[in-house]
Amino acid sequence: MPSSISLLTKELPSLDYTATPERFDITWESPLSTLLGLGRAAGADFVEFFLERVNYISCLAEEDTITSITPRLSTGAGVRVFRGIGDCYVSTNDLSFQGLKGALEKALAILGLTLPAPNSYVPEVYLELLRDYGTAKEKERWLSECSSMQEMGDILLAANDQLKRNASHVQSRRAVYFRDWQEVLVAASDGTFARDIRLTQSVGYNLLCADGENRTSNSIRDGNTSDPDFLRNWDYSTTAANLGESAGKMLYADYVESGDYPVIMANHFGGVIFHEACGHLLETTQIERKTTPFIDKKGEKIAHENLTAWDEGRSDDAFGTIDMDDEGMPTQRTLLIENGVLKNFLSDRAGSLRTGHPRTGSGRRQSFAYAAASRMRNTYIAPGDYSLDDLFNSVEKGIYCKKMGGGSVGATGEFNFGVEEAYLIENGKITKPLKGAILIGEAKEIMNKISMCSNDLSLAPGFCGSISGNIYVTVGQPHLKVDSITVGGR
Amino acid sequence: MANVQELSDYTREIAQRLGIHKYDVYGSSTDSTSVQVDQGEPKQVKASNRSSIVVRVWNEKQTMGVTSTTDIDPKGIELALKTAQEASYFGVKENIPDFSPESTNPVVEIEPQTATIAEVPVLIETLIQAEKELIAAHPAITSVPYNGLSQQDLDHFYLNSAGAVRYERHNTTSMYLYSKTEENGKKPRSAGSFRLSNGLNQLDVDGCIKEAAEKTISHLNYQKVKTGKYRVVFSAEAFLQLLSVFSNLFNAQSILDQQSLSTPDSLGRAIASPLLSVCDDALHPQNIAKETFDGEGTPTRRTPIITDGILTSFLHSAGTAKRLNTQPTGNANIGAKVTVSPHFYHVFPGQPAQEVLSLAEAENVIWIDDLQALHAGANALQGSFSLPFDGWLVNKGERISIDSATVAGDFREVLKSIIYVESELELTPGGVCPRIWVDQLSITGES
Repeated sequence: MPSSISLLTKELPSLDYTATPERFDITWESPLSTLLGLGRAAGADFVEFFLERVNYISCLAEEDTITSITPRLSTGAGVRVFRGIGDCYVSTNDLSFQGLKGALEKALAILGLTLPAPNSYVPEVYLELLRDYGTAKEKERWLSECSSMQEMGDILLAANDQLKRNASHVQSRRAVYFRDWQEVLVAASDGTFARDIRLTQSVGYNLLCADGENRTSNSIRDGNTSDPDFLRNWDYSTTAANLGESAGKMLYADYVESGDYPVIMANHFGGVIFHEACGHLLETTQIERKTTPFIDKKGEKIAHENLTAWDEGRSDDAFGTIDMDDEGMPTQRTLLIENGVLKNFLSDRAGSLRTGHPRTGSGRRQSFAYAAASRMRNTYIAPGDYSLDDLFNSVEKGIYCKKMGGGSVGATGEFNFGVEEAYLIENGKITKPLKGAILIGEAKEIMNKISMCSNDLSLAPGFCGSISGNIYVTVGQPHLKVDSITVGGR
Repeated sequence: MANVQELSDYTREIAQRLGIHKYDVYGSSTDSTSVQVDQGEPKQVKASNRSSIVVRVWNEKQTMGVTSTTDIDPKGIELALKTAQEASYFGVKENIPDFSPESTNPVVEIEPQTATIAEVPVLIETLIQAEKELIAAHPAITSVPYNGLSQQDLDHFYLNSAGAVRYERHNTTSMYLYSKTEENGKKPRSAGSFRLSNGLNQLDVDGCIKEAAEKTISHLNYQKVKTGKYRVVFSAEAFLQLLSVFSNLFNAQSILDQQSLSTPDSLGRAIASPLLSVCDDALHPQNIAKETFDGEGTPTRRTPIITDGILTSFLHSAGTAKRLNTQPTGNANIGAKVTVSPHFYHVFPGQPAQEVLSLAEAENVIWIDDLQALHAGANALQGSFSLPFDGWLVNKGERISIDSATVAGDFREVLKSIIYVESELELTPGGVCPRIWVDQLSITGES
């Protein structure tokens, strides 16, 4: 078939497309441009196809045994059709031409549109020359260079043995690893035609220690997005030592006394506070729902003047790094807040259409089962001018949140998240471990209470669940001080 | 989903060709449609038709491997069988999963759970009308930012090389409405409701609107609550949220993995007030998504978990039942490592209470309607929780919304501190449950 076509609808059933089933390459141009033309001829303002193939495997070591190796193979596609600012999304496992056409037909029908009548001309949709990040960045080799089942089992068993030697009162210990290889292809009626390969890996520990009535569960995780040797190079000795030390302290920790405290948030995964309390509220999906207090604050001061924050997809190997988003747009660095002033929102195609904020390469989704939505990538607060000692010395009595748990933000801007490892600060010094703390606040208020940022920015991998499913992200920040926050405890 | 018998036939043929003599397959498919609206206009409509299967293969050494795939044509099945066969050589060598001894036993016959599928324009119109009525319920309700109406046609099947072939199908329709208020000088407030049925015709749309409106309005006037110990009343939803988070208490796989607050010796011990009884009941009459077999093909059943406060049974897969010398309970999820989960809770009064309690007469009690941030504030392996909640301070039937507070405690202590289990059951997505009264729980509000 020619790469661009103009045909009559009656010819469709006899077309013999030969798209490569095992690979998303140039052979997909003809069937997809035909389908996009059909959608436009039916009256759609915009049509987009997202094709995905996944080769996933997870491995679990419990004590001294590999108890689970779970491969998952999946393929699927989603078609999104816009009519005005309304849209419809249909997904299917069937990647044949007829399967994709069926999905398109269903999406059109939902929007009150029908495929062109017999003998109608299908207009051409000229796609750009395939923008192939998989080939251009030599990602084709990634899958074959990752650890084999045998190797991942051997490494996790060795790592779990190391943990046994670094922790006391162990009730159970787990080493967990997954590799998520994803090939995606995006074709849209504005000419977008782009392919990418992503490789996301994560490895870590879950440790449960118990001594009588004292119990503690601690976890640690590392992640990577482009290194097939990631698992081979995992420094599990250091990781096990750090986790064992944390568990030893937390096993006998007292429950935190609830109240309002000044808090020092650690760097690295401490960045989840910004992710939850502010990042989500800068997504255009929140503007569409009118569930962000920052809806009309662009250009205004929304945070302490010492705070600057970014969201970007470019940091080497970070967990939220992508070459293009799931709408085929190259990724970018987006300045969110500069010296307390709101500079930009994160926008996908639909968000841009409905709110007017420009696209930022932030259209992301868990899989073909979801329409893309404005989502974060690597999100972090920029380093400041203070030293860590400056922060601690400014606190007479407060809480040091060394390791955060997960969190969430509600429709009214209230957020909350758990603290996995916390310590009491008295007169600038850490005095004792505390457990059971949960931080509660309102985004608008807390952003103005982040008064000090140190100069030790560190990024951490995370998982973010929202409207378009669970995606890989990075959170990050330097150590920072929040002047006052409500700490729930006993 | 392909015809299950057809799939069974070509799976057997391919397995024979690959030299695979023992395998089983669990699969499911979903045909779903969902709509969302915004200020009287459809915002997004989604539809999907997806299938997935999990294949387990045992090799000549009797170790087992697994693969899941969405490609269920012969080519996809062949790749899945091959990959599972490769994985089988890395399978566990102790406590190897096996076919359920009940995988070919007859299952309970139930009434068909299917309903007429509504057209998309009907779904959109229904939701737009619901949004309109909810916004009209009070001037302060300005939007319904989270809303949805969806219907699903689900089927699942199980087959194995020993001749088991099981299949069933059901429909569900669900609606959720979460409205938000805006009033000068006040914080925005939000509340919502959820309804579930087999078909749109049976869905209690009016009840969903009414409940969302009532709850939202009840939160318009709010106050801080003093930090302290309170008598707390958990709504059905809130209690089941906690029970689900701490379900490792009666999950046999968690117990065997030492990832539980219980041990095998916990059976027969009092873990709760004698006022409380709990069953897992996949076949409960009010469960509109009954499943008659689990991921290993084991027939589901009613399993008493807590009877008059005594831990009476764990939930089992075939493998955990074998290890603990008992019968499977039909709670398995297939995988390289079989997991166990409840189907549908039935919580009800155990022994009679000495005193009947009522929100109409109680003084200074906290009524918790909905718990938040369970993934962040509850530690299932420690038993502890510290959670923000939506709720009210109640005095002799009069309630006022509570602003920004948390409830904290240890779930094992909560179970033992139950002072009253109401008799009227409420249907929630996770089961049926009455309101549960608990004494002396820590509430953090203002000093």
